[in-house]
Amino acid sequence: MSPIRWLRKHLVVIAGVITLAYLILPNVVVLVFSFNKPKSRFNYTWNEFSTDAWQHPCSVAGMCGSLTLSLKIAVLATVGATVLGTLTAFALARYRFSGRAATNMLIFLPMAMPEVVMGASLGTLFLNMRIRFGFWTILIAHIMFCLSFVVTAVKARVMSMDPRLEQAAQDLYATPVQTFLRITLPLAAPGIAAGALLSFALSFDDYIITSFNAGNSVTFPMFVWGSAQRGTPVQVNVIGTAMFVIAVLLVLAGQLIGGRGRRRARA
Amino acid sequence: MSAATAPVTDPPPPAPAPLPAALKKAVRRRRLVPYLLLLAGVAWLLVFFVAPMVYQASTSVQTGTLEDGFKVTWHFATYWHALDAYWPHFLRSLVYAGIATVLCLLIGYPLAYTIAFRAGRWRNLALILVIAPFFTSFLIRTLAWETILADQSPVVSFLNDIHLLDLTSSIGVTQGDRVLATPLAVVCGLTYNFLPFMILPLYSSLERVDGRLHEASGDLYATPFTTFRKVTFPLSMPGVVAGTLLTFIPASGDYINAELLGSTNQQMIGNVIESQFLRVLDYPTAAALSFILMAVILGIVTVYVRRAGTEELV
Repeated sequence: MSPIRWLRKHLVVIAGVITLAYLILPNVVVLVFSFNKPKSRFNYTWNEFSTDAWQHPCSVAGMCGSLTLSLKIAVLATVGATVLGTLTAFALARYRFSGRAATNMLIFLPMAMPEVVMGASLGTLFLNMRIRFGFWTILIAHIMFCLSFVVTAVKARVMSMDPRLEQAAQDLYATPVQTFLRITLPLAAPGIAAGALLSFALSFDDYIITSFNAGNSVTFPMFVWGSAQRGTPVQVNVIGTAMFVIAVLLVLAGQLIGGRGRRRARA
Repeated sequence: MSAATAPVTDPPPPAPAPLPAALKKAVRRRRLVPYLLLLAGVAWLLVFFVAPMVYQASTSVQTGTLEDGFKVTWHFATYWHALDAYWPHFLRSLVYAGIATVLCLLIGYPLAYTIAFRAGRWRNLALILVIAPFFTSFLIRTLAWETILADQSPVVSFLNDIHLLDLTSSIGVTQGDRVLATPLAVVCGLTYNFLPFMILPLYSSLERVDGRLHEASGDLYATPFTTFRKVTFPLSMPGVVAGTLLTFIPASGDYINAELLGSTNQQMIGNVIESQFLRVLDYPTAAALSFILMAVILGIVTVYVRRAGTEELV
């Protein structure tokens, strides 16, 4: 095959691979510059290889504190949004009731609203209610914007579940509680897990809404934002790289476990 | 009427036969179940999403100062002042977000297509690679673009060497031999940051396209391009609509890219709302700007969805 024909045949794949490279490029830069020893405060140009930042990730004032705060909020927001969202999703997927269309609309709107509008609105409300900005206001805001994503993920899963499985369980004299715990919940679990994972990632990463509702509290994205003005420390790249690696390992582990489960189910 | 037709005390009119009391109670309880399930989630959204919006609407027609407090005076002039002073920012936000959305579609489609039809056993790995950058914080990745697009970076010198920057600066999207702090940098950042939001919906709608349709189309002597234009693309339309909305809406409200990769000349409406709210403390103006942004986006989205939904998709 001539090279030109080969190129034409694989044009789409080549374009796809280039796009993939474009998506990964910043992560590579973050990884490389986590081993840099910058000449000045600004870690923008390559100077010298060093593992200093990896050995002392918490030596930057305030950074690990902000990381802890973000983790705490992300965990609590995930729990809150997942519980509320799963209940809502079951109601919407399993029941016909008046007000269902309005509820669907209410769930959809936060996802279709620019973050800056939501952040500013909630901030204005807290301000006028004289509620002190801080941990709780951040948590409230995060549960608010994660909720819709959980509902959407869980609802999609529950809608695709076969209701006959639950009927079968009841025919076999399972109590409603047993049916829920042993049939419904395990079947809905992938949707709930996806919603929870999404909540965690969204909450941990949010800057815009948080900045309107944080007061003097500093979450990790806010720390990064603040440091961008003064010169970002190398340790930020270390955290970024670590997050990337941990996430990829978790996803791979999930795939492996999921794959084995599926194979066992088939056998 | 009940005395004449129904001997039992008070059955609901459409009920065919009187239900035993216990069963009636169970039915009523069952009818309550969805509302009980909804209660917490809906209450949360009503209090922390809808109420703030309503409150914001009232704030936008208030006047006053931070010291004296704000009062509702139905002062609609705030809207005119806001539009008058910041219409370039609105326009810029919509243009940048629009260009970024089109670029995302053009760049994202081949990748979504590759993953859906050509990746084979690499499919899961490719999907992980699309999602994985998400896990490094949005801000950290945007700062990495600051490094990539910096004046002495290899990328920028390469673009300079092939004289591409001459071309882009002649149409005004870059300035001289620099990329950072120009419209190109901001659009590049927006495109990058929202690309996965385009790829994932595209992928999920392409994945559902039956591969046999491609074969059928080929059997009918369609060229690969005709197959794409007449079969694949129309069938992926739900993904295109979802992807463009998921890209356009957040991109038009974003201010992180404009702040980190642009200069004051590239500020978007998000930057203005942020500074009015957090620095100038002019809450009525910030509220009015938020409402205008919301209205403009809802208007565009409505028109777009209606057109994409009903017109012949060829």
